[in-house]
Amino acid sequence: MQWETVIGLEVHVQLATRSKIFSGASTAFGAEPNTQACAVDLGLPGTLPVLNEQAVAMAVQFGLAVHSDIAEVSVFDRKNYFYADLPKGYQTSQMYHPIVGPGEVEITLEDGTSKRIRIHHAHLEEDAGKSLHEDFMGMTGIDLNRAGTPLLEIVSEPDMRNAKEAAAYLKAIHSIVTYLGISDGNMAEGSMRCDVNVSVRPKGQEAFGTRAEIKNVNSFRFVERAIAFEVERQIELIEDGGTVVQETRLFDPERDETRSMRTKEEANDYRYFPCPDLLPVVLDEAYLDHLRSQLPELPADKRERFQSELGLSAYDASVLSASREMAEFFEEVHHVCGDAKQAANWVQGELSGALNRENLSITNSPISARQLGELLSRVLDDTINGKAAKQVFQALWNGQGENADEIIETKGLKQVTDTGAIEAMIDQAIAESPAQVAQYRDAEPDKRGKMIGYFVGQVMKASRGTANPQQVNGVLKAKLDALL
Amino acid sequence: MHDKTLTQLAASLKSGEFSSRELTSHYLRKIEKADGTLNSFITVTGEQALNQAEAADKARAAGDTGLLTGIPLALKDIFCTRDVKTSCGSKMLDNFIAPYNATVVEKLSAAGTISLGKTNMDEFAMGSSNENSHYGAVKNPWDLKAVPGGSSGGSAAAVAAGLAPAAMGTDTGGSIRQPAAFCGITGLKPTYGRVSRYGMIAYASSLDQAGPMARSAEDCAHLMNVIAGHDVRDSTSVARGVPDYTESLNAPLSGLKIGLPKEYFGDGLAPEVEKSVRDAVKVYESMGATVREVSLPHTHYAIPAYYVIAPAEASSNLSRFDGVRFGHRCQDPVDLMDLYKRSRAEGFGEEVKRRILIGTHTLSEGFFDAYYTKAQKVRRLIRQDFLDAFEEVDVLMGPAAPTPAFDLGAKKDPVSMYLQDIYTIAVNLAGIPGISVPAGLAGGRPIGLQILGTHFAEAQLLNVAHQYQQATDWHLQLPAIAEENA
Repeated sequence: MQWETVIGLEVHVQLATRSKIFSGASTAFGAEPNTQACAVDLGLPGTLPVLNEQAVAMAVQFGLAVHSDIAEVSVFDRKNYFYADLPKGYQTSQMYHPIVGPGEVEITLEDGTSKRIRIHHAHLEEDAGKSLHEDFMGMTGIDLNRAGTPLLEIVSEPDMRNAKEAAAYLKAIHSIVTYLGISDGNMAEGSMRCDVNVSVRPKGQEAFGTRAEIKNVNSFRFVERAIAFEVERQIELIEDGGTVVQETRLFDPERDETRSMRTKEEANDYRYFPCPDLLPVVLDEAYLDHLRSQLPELPADKRERFQSELGLSAYDASVLSASREMAEFFEEVHHVCGDAKQAANWVQGELSGALNRENLSITNSPISARQLGELLSRVLDDTINGKAAKQVFQALWNGQGENADEIIETKGLKQVTDTGAIEAMIDQAIAESPAQVAQYRDAEPDKRGKMIGYFVGQVMKASRGTANPQQVNGVLKAKLDALL
Repeated sequence: MHDKTLTQLAASLKSGEFSSRELTSHYLRKIEKADGTLNSFITVTGEQALNQAEAADKARAAGDTGLLTGIPLALKDIFCTRDVKTSCGSKMLDNFIAPYNATVVEKLSAAGTISLGKTNMDEFAMGSSNENSHYGAVKNPWDLKAVPGGSSGGSAAAVAAGLAPAAMGTDTGGSIRQPAAFCGITGLKPTYGRVSRYGMIAYASSLDQAGPMARSAEDCAHLMNVIAGHDVRDSTSVARGVPDYTESLNAPLSGLKIGLPKEYFGDGLAPEVEKSVRDAVKVYESMGATVREVSLPHTHYAIPAYYVIAPAEASSNLSRFDGVRFGHRCQDPVDLMDLYKRSRAEGFGEEVKRRILIGTHTLSEGFFDAYYTKAQKVRRLIRQDFLDAFEEVDVLMGPAAPTPAFDLGAKKDPVSMYLQDIYTIAVNLAGIPGISVPAGLAGGRPIGLQILGTHFAEAQLLNVAHQYQQATDWHLQLPAIAEENA
């Protein structure tokens, strides 16, 4: 039987507010346990929450970016359950009236096609603390630094049909929230976490199959792997005559599998009800207009502009607009050198390669966008050739000079375009290679093109890479052919 | 000194008749003598009080004083106090010392008042007799066989017995007004949102409100001037100007329109209470007020609605008492579930457990709409009843409780206890202010007149209550125990 996979994602985005969603404690990552938990975060008796306005603004910005209806009135509810790292015995969330209503996100797939994924809603909530099970002699340690950190939970419709789409969606969300600057998007530090709902159904069937929810999948790669495993598990189960049960599963990246955490029967009854300590959030048009006017250019708009205005391919435009940092870097390079295609090639090629090798993000690039742009200007105005450009790039990367011109100067990489000098080097190469000249002469005419490479190499070597390769090629061919 | 009102004591301190230290010592001695019998305090902070009194005397000598500088007060043990135990009447918090002060405590302290200690109360403010305290029942100063009412029973008894000139209470379903009535003192429940709830241990957040309990309406007005107002730490506190509550105390009442809700004079109302209330209304008529009957048609739904909403909120509010971070923890828990179960089973009393169970049930999947959502609808109707009534009249008057104080141990059945609050509970559901003033005695036990106003009408209520107290002296009468230990 042909199976179709149905996937929906719940993405938890940690908002980049300075203080917590309901208290003044800092949200900075990595502090000593329990040093960033105030009386409110600890759930001390008598303390009350006060909503962080910045968190509201960030949620609204996200909503505007995904073309959602922003709720005029949204309400915080309490989700009640007991856990050691949940200080109040409830999580303050938004169950019935979330701040961000239905919206949509466009994702671009690797083949360049795009697809719209609908967003069901997004709501604000507070994070819980952390339970630490090691190093406490059989007991559990509780760190409440994270308790009360603002989260925006973005719930998609079940619109994705394979793991690639799910990963592309997650990347799109990542790119929107980082463009907006409402999250650092750091998945390793848990700034973005994801629950994946997966079900399968026979192709052509309209009704959804029973879904499993895979909790806490915290990287793009894990999303794909968790889905791949889960889809296979569900299909196998059904084909062997079993049925999928609605349950919560945990992805284990070590073993590359998902495991049952709890079934529907074991699920908590969270007893949601409106939090009586917080007033409903009421937003007016003027407030929305103000935030709308502050929105930066978003990835989809940038992608579109890179194609239509700069003439980049759909693929290049999509890669270069994927993150705000990447896009800004590219745009600066382009601004300095004036050639979008060249800028795109270098940012995606030489630069991205070097960053990947050293595991650096573009914000930590040793070469600034201005430096790269200046380097490309020298290629474009024929001051240096492509080969020398790579040397200059490496030198800039290693910090061997302030800018391209300085390195070109000190390393003597300026391209030789003087015909007399080139001819002299060519004559010398021909004179020093009688055997190769003889071979060239005796070769079939259609093989000679390839053999010319040897002489080019000799000349480039003699010029220490500075000769203009096109020029060398042309003159060489004329001179060798004259010997025939 | 103890027979003076707070207003009179403030005048005496100002004139130098006695010092705050002398006054404070006097009350501490009275507590020492009488409270073994009454049990109105959980914690007495004598040394701290004397230190504060000396500081107040110094401030006065330096000319740096407010009206209430040097006045000793008692705080219901529901208000968090830095460095002093805040138990909320529960074994659960017998070891709890808050690292901060409630906003009300901060404001009272900034006004120069002195805290004598923390008063007894029904556990987590759940009760109408003060018999639900981990620290034992409080006795009514007027009759030691009687309850003082609850849940602010300790505060009411302490003021009535002259152990403190005034005290702070909280009122979720009558917990200031009913004990004030039972103990013959004046107690004001302000409009919901008028006084900050920050640092007040929550029972039912949408209903809880702090207020003053004192000998007179004038005393309450002075205290309201200190505690009322917006607090950035309490989102439900209202950003609205605070009047000087003493300014309008003497406004004449001619033309005042009084409504008597017919539902407050029906079955279950003791004849002696009804007589006292009707006598009080006659006093107002003699001052030129007009009286008419009005109707609050949804009154009989108030208790059922309250016992859905309040326990629902309580079941969630009390989840934080889990033995993990503070409060009672059971011995040698084997795992997290065991820690929760035993800590909570041991730490909470019967009534608290009952309300947590009710609330957990009413919020459960499949019951939520039938209970919680329905109760909220009823709540809106009850609120509308009051708003409609206030279209016709300025204030409503009626009894604060159906009977005078009942005997300790008399109400074993929870429902008969809940019915105690029949005239007070709707006021919390509507969020309006209410005041109870002493209006008679029956069999040696006080009777309270309840006066209700529309939202933020505290100044009017205090004015109406004060004028009654200018014409009568019920509020000046003291129980024998107050004199015995003088």
